[in-house]
Amino acid sequence: MDEHKLRELVAGVKDGAVSRRAFIQRLAAVGITAPIASQILAWNDVAMAQASLAYKPTKAGGGGPLKILLWQAPTLLNPHFASGTKDQIAGRIFFEPLAGWDKEGNLTPQLAAEVPTRANGGLSADGTVVTWKLKQGVKWHDGKPFTADDVVFTWEYAADPATAAYTTGSYTNIKVEKVDDHTVKVIFKEATPFWADPFVGVVGQIIPKHHFGEYKGAKSREAPANLKPVGTGPYKFVDFKPGDILIGARNEDYHVKNQPHFDTIEVKGGGDAVSAARAVLQTAEFDYAWNLQVEDEVLKRMETGGRGKVSAVASGDIEFIILNTTDPWTEVDGERSSIKTKHPTLSDPKVREAINLLIDRDSIQKFIYGRGGTATASFVNEPKQFKSQKLKYEFNVDKANKILDDAGYKKGSDGIREKDGKKLKYVYQTSINAPRQKTQAIIKQACQKVGIDLELKSVTASVFFSSDVANPDTYTKLYVDMEMYTTTQPQPDPERFLNQFVSWEIANKENKWLGRNVSRYSDPEADKAYKAAQKELDPVKRAALLIKVNEIFCEANVILPLLSRTRVAASVTNLMHDHSGWDVDTWNVAAWYRS
Amino acid sequence: MATYLLRRLLIAIPSLLGISLILFTVLALAPGDPFSEMATNPNVPPEVREALRASFGLNDPVMVRYLRWLSAMAQGDWGFSFASRINVDDLILQRVPTTLFVVGTSQILALCIALPVGIYAATRPYSVFDQIANTLAFVGFSLPTFFTGLLLILLFSIKLDWFPFVYRSDIAASGWRWYWEMFRQAIMPITVLGLFQAASYTRYVRSAVLDVIRLDYVTTARAKGLGEKTVTLRHITRNALIPVVTLVALQMPAVFGGAIVTEQIFRIPGIGSLLIDAILANDTPVIMAVTFVFACLVVLFNLIADLLYGWLDPRISFR
Repeated sequence: MDEHKLRELVAGVKDGAVSRRAFIQRLAAVGITAPIASQILAWNDVAMAQASLAYKPTKAGGGGPLKILLWQAPTLLNPHFASGTKDQIAGRIFFEPLAGWDKEGNLTPQLAAEVPTRANGGLSADGTVVTWKLKQGVKWHDGKPFTADDVVFTWEYAADPATAAYTTGSYTNIKVEKVDDHTVKVIFKEATPFWADPFVGVVGQIIPKHHFGEYKGAKSREAPANLKPVGTGPYKFVDFKPGDILIGARNEDYHVKNQPHFDTIEVKGGGDAVSAARAVLQTAEFDYAWNLQVEDEVLKRMETGGRGKVSAVASGDIEFIILNTTDPWTEVDGERSSIKTKHPTLSDPKVREAINLLIDRDSIQKFIYGRGGTATASFVNEPKQFKSQKLKYEFNVDKANKILDDAGYKKGSDGIREKDGKKLKYVYQTSINAPRQKTQAIIKQACQKVGIDLELKSVTASVFFSSDVANPDTYTKLYVDMEMYTTTQPQPDPERFLNQFVSWEIANKENKWLGRNVSRYSDPEADKAYKAAQKELDPVKRAALLIKVNEIFCEANVILPLLSRTRVAASVTNLMHDHSGWDVDTWNVAAWYRS
Repeated sequence: MATYLLRRLLIAIPSLLGISLILFTVLALAPGDPFSEMATNPNVPPEVREALRASFGLNDPVMVRYLRWLSAMAQGDWGFSFASRINVDDLILQRVPTTLFVVGTSQILALCIALPVGIYAATRPYSVFDQIANTLAFVGFSLPTFFTGLLLILLFSIKLDWFPFVYRSDIAASGWRWYWEMFRQAIMPITVLGLFQAASYTRYVRSAVLDVIRLDYVTTARAKGLGEKTVTLRHITRNALIPVVTLVALQMPAVFGGAIVTEQIFRIPGIGSLLIDAILANDTPVIMAVTFVFACLVVLFNLIADLLYGWLDPRISFR
């Protein structure tokens, strides 16, 4: 999709010829996430849509207890230290950002009075300043007023490298100024089309200056409020046992009228995903369970009792395969898979093309993931029926055979193809996880049919995803021919997500394999487009550039996307909730209710 | 005896030091690091991960880290959990009461079953009762707790809907209701653990009683014309229980250490599940503390068992 087409679409939305949702889906199909699409509309002065969950109760309270079961227990409550979703979910019950993302990718104000647009003066014409108007009359749980000082402090806190906040990436390159008690300015160094990052969603939760003020920087671990949060959210802190249970009570001064509905909230952790699904769907002991990485067949069987339902929403997470174009079996300067080497056979684009044709994505989706993912050929994307015009996937053994025949790979006596004495034999690694091992088996079988031999390898997740420099089996080292995993898009900024495709992020010995480009593949065109996108002010042009980066890697068959993952949750039948793939499950827990 | 005790305590110190050194080295050399969760998150810059590694001292040599840990431990500082950033001793103390309640009750249940059944079976060897008790005991300890646990959940929680299968340390009730809820949620895990333990204890009690029952002093007691009940309880049981008491004493560390598998199945927030979570999260200070406490308990109860032996059977002297 080029710039011209995007502009036509934007004009269509303005005229009402194209619906907002259709626009977002069209962009999603070519690799632009829903929030970015939403940003393009906001820039072009198309108003944000209404929140997707209609709240029915006419008064706050009276809903009894709300019981949430996470199979990974929350261990800490400071949202800026939250390393995993489990902690972010827990933190969001007490703390709120200026705005959150709903499942359609709409920016929804929470502590902000309104979403900044060009029309209301929130966005400057040069794209460097965003002015947030804060909601008036909001109080912290201890009764102190919420003001611009808290927002400015949150920036200082998270940006301080000594604090070692996990959200620091969103705050280091900006400046935040207080205009008055209820207005703050976020100043970017350069024009930033994706401005809705600091103070928004998962990374954006505002913490009170009067509780954290003394604990900025190196003393951050000592803050009592880390474990006894005082926020602005719908529930007040009651009790917390790390790794076990979290209890909150209704905030009677909550700043949204008639919310929240429930009198208490309880987040219990521990156990495994299957039994968490069981506790909601079969026994209804709990109201809500998140992130159910359970085979869909099992969930469907549990649903038959009629006590609970499963819901899946689109997310930016993607399960994909990397084909290694460097040689993992030769050591150069103390590292394997060095960019100075070339893979004997996988550096041949024809071989990569053939392998991509041997992945039966439809079967993988149908028989393994079910509602847990949607087959796709695009790295950045949203699921559903809208597929990219350009990036398509195909499962075709005959075609793969023909490509390899034409490229001169002949079957040897053992049935494995080879050319110039180099056999098509690969080691294919992933982490230990039932769906992944099944996917490996499906792909291995298809490869066998054309004479490619795959040796399957699985590494325990805690090793595979670690940054342990001494271990050869981590995913960033890529000491194999191909590997598979899911990369998460924690916040809907495709720019940072796509830095996995730029040459200066290549993981190697020098950066202790902390670089984001694990594939080691690079393309000057992609680098150029990425750099241009970073500076590009016009969000439409920028979107077109980022799409290009995505397409270069997918078309080179170095990155083979498999499934765009969905976030699957279970809830009891009468619980009205609204979880989003662009924000944490509890992003609007204030609006949940029992019908 | 005092000198014996003192000597044993002095020997315990170097062995505990050795244990801690081995534990620490193994943990330090084990693959994985506590920040793996951040690995696929593009929002966390590598610098933050590096800064955290440095601030948690993970980049120092193993020996330096061990000495730092040892000196802190000697001063009563157990370190803090990498995952939740709170002090390890607080974390452990939060879990101990639940573990003691669930695992302790199950041990009592096990003894309440094993003692009468084992003694009765041994006094009538190869009778129908003995055969049945033996068979059940075999079945009991061949079935692992994760299997029986799931079986009970499927039957009593899902089919019959009688008991909850998620154990909660905070019950929003007071008075009798609290006790009732607490009892209701503990029935299944206690049964699973208790029956498993009872099975092996029964076998042990039976063979201990069988050993004693054939001794001359029992025949003498019977010849004196004492009643069967008196002979069994006064003469046989008392002597037969000596090895059983030792066995139970050596089981005590397990009571404090929790039942790792069962706690995981029923989501009991005990020491066992803390250890599992810590291992999965590579939370080294917690793993270190829990396993070390465990080691101390084993050493301590070994000593108590030895002392008990000498006290129960004066033929064994303290040397």
